[in-house]
Amino acid sequence: MPDSILPLSLESVTYEARGQRLIDRLSLVFGAGPRSVVLGPNGAGKSLLLRLCHGLLRPTSGRVAWACPGAGAARHQAMAFQRPVLLRRSALANVAYPLALRGVARRRRKELALAALERAGLAELAQRPARVLSGGEQQRLALARAWVQAPQVLFLDEPTANLDPGATRRIEALIDGFHQNGTKIVMTTHDLGQARRLADEVLFLHRGRLVEHAAAGTFFDRPQSREAAAFLNGDLLW
Amino acid sequence: MIEFGQAFAAAFHLIASLDAGLVEIVALSLRISLSAVALAALVGLPLGAAVALYRFPGRLAVAALLNAFMGLPPVVVGLIVYLLLSRSGPLGVLGLLFTPGAMIVAQWLLVTPIVAALALQTVADLHTEYDEQLRSLGATPGRALWTLLWDGRLSLVTAVLAGFGRASAEVGAVMIVGGNINHVTRVMTTAIALETSKGDLALALGLGLILICLALAINFTAMAVRDLARVRHA
Repeated sequence: MPDSILPLSLESVTYEARGQRLIDRLSLVFGAGPRSVVLGPNGAGKSLLLRLCHGLLRPTSGRVAWACPGAGAARHQAMAFQRPVLLRRSALANVAYPLALRGVARRRRKELALAALERAGLAELAQRPARVLSGGEQQRLALARAWVQAPQVLFLDEPTANLDPGATRRIEALIDGFHQNGTKIVMTTHDLGQARRLADEVLFLHRGRLVEHAAAGTFFDRPQSREAAAFLNGDLLW
Repeated sequence: MIEFGQAFAAAFHLIASLDAGLVEIVALSLRISLSAVALAALVGLPLGAAVALYRFPGRLAVAALLNAFMGLPPVVVGLIVYLLLSRSGPLGVLGLLFTPGAMIVAQWLLVTPIVAALALQTVADLHTEYDEQLRSLGATPGRALWTLLWDGRLSLVTAVLAGFGRASAEVGAVMIVGGNINHVTRVMTTAIALETSKGDLALALGLGLILICLALAINFTAMAVRDLARVRHA
């Protein structure tokens, strides 16, 4: 096991686009262990937060810092997007791709990729073109691809949006597999049921600001802020 | 009208009997155009992808230039290559003028912008979709270029076919730099021009029919590839 890249600290991170402040002076620390779920209404900045953490976006000001300095942290992270972006190749080739990027030998790549597909329940679809798979299968494939990267941190951006309950359950089981394996989970969702099922701690965002950061039990039972209470009540927030 | 009918009959006969003169011309045409297109693909595909992917000064100008050069007049390309390759030109020492080599160069210049501009469009579209995912996976920009070219392969095949259509149909450039020398640089298009002016309509028509079939074959192939892309990649 390489040195941990966690904790991840955000120091007064601000992100602006077209003159609008979308993330507003966010400071927080993600430590190893608890599954962190980012909640908030649409447009609260949940996806942006994940992209800033993962390094896909650069903060306008402030700092995103991993425990290990420099670029070394990048290769220990993976991300699953709301709409998985699969390469126009077979399912197997999709999972093997990040291994090729890491210089893993061809035969070993195939072994690891097949094992990951097996784990995701996709072994029989290994040779199928990835893009003709169903939505749930595509997301599982994306998670199999993340699995072979053996990430210390896995970011998931609404991984089960638009999926039916059966597919959602399988995705959640895979996410749990990552957690059991010691991967730090940071995910967004606007499915409160899912948040209750998966969250160890909750970060509640509203209009680009971190309104609450609490253990899941505390958050769901005794939200401290008016916004979070309204959100949990099912009131419309904007 | 009778003469027209006779010419057609003679043309079919030439094709059906695999007339040696006709086969020689068709073979040379294919050799030249396929070589030119292969070279154009080798340069044009990475070039188009690089312009789509990388941000560098003058990038927009290069993109505009590639698009503009898609419609380069073949005679002008022929003239420029002629000037470069003529005895007194900068590349005269190569002794390429009036050889198939010169014709390949001319068609290569003609086709490269077409392949590059179409590749640019394809790769730019793919890049919009793939960018975050590839960066997340840790692909370097160089690696991303090859990934996008490979994933765009079915669209890029049609780009290359478009280039081949252009190369096989043009007459101006190969006429100027090849000289239409019998058995040496005579290709389908230049032969048609010559035989028509000489009044040998049978050979001209025979070659014309083959050219049209070639164009049809290219288009059917392109359509088939597009269908395949739809089925495989949704």
